Amino acid sequence: MLNFSDLLPYTDQFLKGLLTTVELTLYSTLLGLILGAVLATARQYGSSLVAGVVSVYVELIRNTPFIVQLFFIFFGLPSIGVMLSPWQAGMIAMVINLAAYSTEIIRAGLGTTPKGQWEAAKVLGLSFKQTLLRVVMVPAVEKIYPALTSQCIIVMLGSAVLSQISVPDLTYAANLVQSRNFRSFESYLITAGLYLLLAILMRKAFNMIGRRVFSYRVIK
Amino acid sequence: MIEFSNIDIIRNLLIATQWTILLSLAAFAGGITVALLLTAARLNKTPLLSIFVRIYVEVFQGTPLLMQMFLCFFGLSMISIEISAWNAAALSLTLFTSAFLVEIWRGCIDTLPKGQWEASRCLGLSFLQTLRYIILPQAIKTALAPSIGFSVQVVKGTALASVIGFVELTKAGSMLNNATFEPFKVFTFVAIIYFILCYPLSWTSKFLEKKFNASR
Repeated sequence: MLNFSDLLPYTDQFLKGLLTTVELTLYSTLLGLILGAVLATARQYGSSLVAGVVSVYVELIRNTPFIVQLFFIFFGLPSIGVMLSPWQAGMIAMVINLAAYSTEIIRAGLGTTPKGQWEAAKVLGLSFKQTLLRVVMVPAVEKIYPALTSQCIIVMLGSAVLSQISVPDLTYAANLVQSRNFRSFESYLITAGLYLLLAILMRKAFNMIGRRVFSYRVIK
Repeated sequence: MIEFSNIDIIRNLLIATQWTILLSLAAFAGGITVALLLTAARLNKTPLLSIFVRIYVEVFQGTPLLMQMFLCFFGLSMISIEISAWNAAALSLTLFTSAFLVEIWRGCIDTLPKGQWEASRCLGLSFLQTLRYIILPQAIKTALAPSIGFSVQVVKGTALASVIGFVELTKAGSMLNNATFEPFKVFTFVAIIYFILCYPLSWTSKFLEKKFNASR
């Protein structure tokens, strides 16, 4: 009953879609994590006004569906004069989403830093920036690294929704192929398999990077 | 053309919200049921069953919810099982929810010291008695906060049912947008309604987490 050979002529479509998904994930992960680290710092060490603004942003994003945020950005913003291509809208949605979640996660890591570290760094003459970047941030991220990894994977999987505003990603390719050859089950099954592969590879990549970055404990 | 006032838009959105709530409840109830079965299977320590649960979790956590919905909706109808958008959405959300819950609960059960199992065995308690009187009362306490926290993801997940044509809040928003050409307003309303649904859950989860952490 299943017939996968009908999919073969569309290998190109799938590969192109896969590439778009990988590309979107790569950029949004980088930008989202950087933004998340900045916002987490602002929320943890900023004035109460700054911390309040950040937490409103975090709660707004975390308590509304990704697809609604996407529609708001893609369909809603043009009516107040902000025109975005599907790719740009999708990218922005992914970044603000990951940033909100990673803010919360990284902040939890920062919160576990013993007070003595800040005091010791101050005594040694380190500035706030130096203490944050050279003393506090890396161990803080190390503590919450597994949660951060999972969140990045969740955002990658969530990007399937971008197909709804016609970003030519992997899901878009699956929709296109099944509309041409009516092999919907096979098409979606293969696509789901590709996403699963991507998720597994992403976890592996994060683990590899983690071992590199957090290897300072090993005395050589 | 029919004119829509703000009141009309909100009224229509609220009607659709009922379906979002219903779908969330169905998915969460279904998810809890399946997750309980899977947790039981995992605790049974039969290698084959634990491998099955591991693969189950990996597959449903490692693929997009949207893909799972497409497979339920288009896939099942291809093997000549007619399935409505409601059933497909409820089924895929159930599977998705159970995969996450079983993983959350695994953490809660596994963090309990192993000695408790051994001590219960020494006291002559059976497996089920140990579970009922020793393990579950403690595990439920720690599992409550993250489970409620995850229910937010379920409510948000129901938004994807709009893609397979089930008319819930997001779909109603898209339809109203097509009728009114006021996307900014419509999707702002939609987002506010989702926020009102989700925020109390997030808040409760955070509150419980603090409460149980403080007592320890």
